[in-house]
Amino acid sequence: MTRLFASLRIALRALMVNKMRSALTMLGIIIGVGAVIAMIAVGSGAKSVIAERIASMGSNMLIVMSGSSTSGGFRFGSGTVPTLTVDDAKAILSEIPSVKYVAPTLPGVAQVVYGNQNWSTSIQGTTPEMLDIREWPVASGRSFTQQDLDGATKVCLLGMTVVENLFGGIDPVGQIVRIKKVPFTVIGVLGQKGQASFGQDQDDTIFVPLTTAQKRLFGMQFPGMVRTITVQARGPEVMGEVEEEINAVLRQRHRIQPNQENDFTVRNLTEIMSTAQETASVMSLLLGAIASISLMVGGIGIMNIMLVSVTERTREIGIRIAVGAKGRDILLQFLIESLVLSLIGGILGIAIGVAGTLILSSVTQWPTLFSMQAILLAFLFSGSVGVFFGFYPARKASMLNPIEALRYE
Amino acid sequence: MDSLIQVQDLVKVYSLGEVEVQALRSVSLLVERGEFVAIMGASGSGKSTFMNILGFLDRPTSGQYLLEGINGENLSRDELAEIRNRKIGFVFQGFNLLSRTSALENVELPLVYAGTPTSKRKEMAQKALSEVNLNGREHHHPSQLSGGEQQRVAIARALVNQPSILLADEPTGNLDSKTSEEIMGIFQRLNREMGITIIMITHEPDIAAFAKRNILFKDGSIVDDHKNSAPTLATRGESRK
Repeated sequence: MTRLFASLRIALRALMVNKMRSALTMLGIIIGVGAVIAMIAVGSGAKSVIAERIASMGSNMLIVMSGSSTSGGFRFGSGTVPTLTVDDAKAILSEIPSVKYVAPTLPGVAQVVYGNQNWSTSIQGTTPEMLDIREWPVASGRSFTQQDLDGATKVCLLGMTVVENLFGGIDPVGQIVRIKKVPFTVIGVLGQKGQASFGQDQDDTIFVPLTTAQKRLFGMQFPGMVRTITVQARGPEVMGEVEEEINAVLRQRHRIQPNQENDFTVRNLTEIMSTAQETASVMSLLLGAIASISLMVGGIGIMNIMLVSVTERTREIGIRIAVGAKGRDILLQFLIESLVLSLIGGILGIAIGVAGTLILSSVTQWPTLFSMQAILLAFLFSGSVGVFFGFYPARKASMLNPIEALRYE
Repeated sequence: MDSLIQVQDLVKVYSLGEVEVQALRSVSLLVERGEFVAIMGASGSGKSTFMNILGFLDRPTSGQYLLEGINGENLSRDELAEIRNRKIGFVFQGFNLLSRTSALENVELPLVYAGTPTSKRKEMAQKALSEVNLNGREHHHPSQLSGGEQQRVAIARALVNQPSILLADEPTGNLDSKTSEEIMGIFQRLNREMGITIIMITHEPDIAAFAKRNILFKDGSIVDDHKNSAPTLATRGESRK
């Protein structure tokens, strides 16, 4: 213990003697650790934002889209040809036990007018289940009910963005807005959701009862027509099963022959999202790996300077060996020196990495996330870099021949 | 009782590429406790090689060397380091002090490697420094000390572990005659009062005259070995202040 403490003091003193050199050597580690911390923070920030967006979209969600039909050799994209009905949605709910909610939807885009303000936004004719599926609370007022659906009443729920653009400071609940010149009573305001992945603003929307949308806004090419059916499964483990059963139920209902293609598409949103999350993970791993390279370069810098230091202090090493220093005493002395360099560099690197990330995220608005784990890991990694790259010079020092070392000028 | 140092048929051969250089050709020597030996010889006579072997810094090619009955032949590097640490004190021509390190810490160095606790270390180093009349200079760095003072720090470092033998390689080589006499005074006093055995290399007959026994090396062999019946008495560095 005494020897270890003595070695530590010797090492610190040696580093203090060459302050500039020690600082520059540390700089390599500082930049390396800082880069690792910053990159991991950016990467995990991106990941957490994606996770948040997945949660905000609603979990275990499948979307059935109508369309993808062939007409005279032309194939249309999904949703272009309406094929789904409200009854399809009811069938999915009643025939598949693993389905928790269904929300048939007829969306459209329309101009909304309040007073002298107007705003173009997406209108979604849907059922109250949509809010359950997407875990979307009503911030003020109320949601619409089965009575509203049955009576196709002219009521609507406004998203936050619409409220901001049309109303400014006024409480919109109870006000009348005109959608496609049809007057609607605002019965509630939806809570803030923020951006979905791929950047679209989820709050830029208006919900109206499905029947109202069908009868008063967008019309129907056949009774009960909807464009999409949003389905929520009971858990993530039954997603695949539900997807298959939806296919089966709808193929049967639409009387599609075994050799014919579906006239609808089922999309597993969670899957798409988790792919995005995986991409972010790989991205952050890649960034971390690149940053690690700079840490390695920093380590080589330590090795370089330690080799110079050993050569410079050959005589000192000779004296120490002559008066009784054993190989491991010398080894430890130089190893501690490089360890101190790399650990101080590591601590400063963490500070700079954290500060740099905070600046970066405040300037660019990138989401960032620090994890104690990553910081600890970077610190330990810098320590092992010190030991790894310090070992060779330290070993070289401990193997010096004392006679030659004492003669060294 | 065995002699402190027993050297029997010591041979050291250096091979410099193709050429083999015989640095020592069958040297035999006995040194008893309490002796003060001066080894003389021209450069290349093998005296430095001999000193390195005596100090366990080098190994002989053949022959035997025992220090207090210990044979270093089959000992590892680290075991030799331990013997140097416990039994041998070195004084060099170029002082070989650690720069940017205080006199006290320089003297403490062997104790650090002996694993002596810090407080004990300070106390022993302090005592060794007062042994060479350097009280009050403990916290000076080598660059702030004169050559004579630096060599005295080196002597204190050599003494601090209470070694069996003090090996001095041209201890006065870098010093003027006045300071040299001062160092010789310290050697004589340590030898007389504390019974420390000293083996010293020098090429100056004036310095060798301070020792009690003179040995002359030539071409790797001892050509003369006689007791010095009346060593010069140093008038400086004699008494402790």
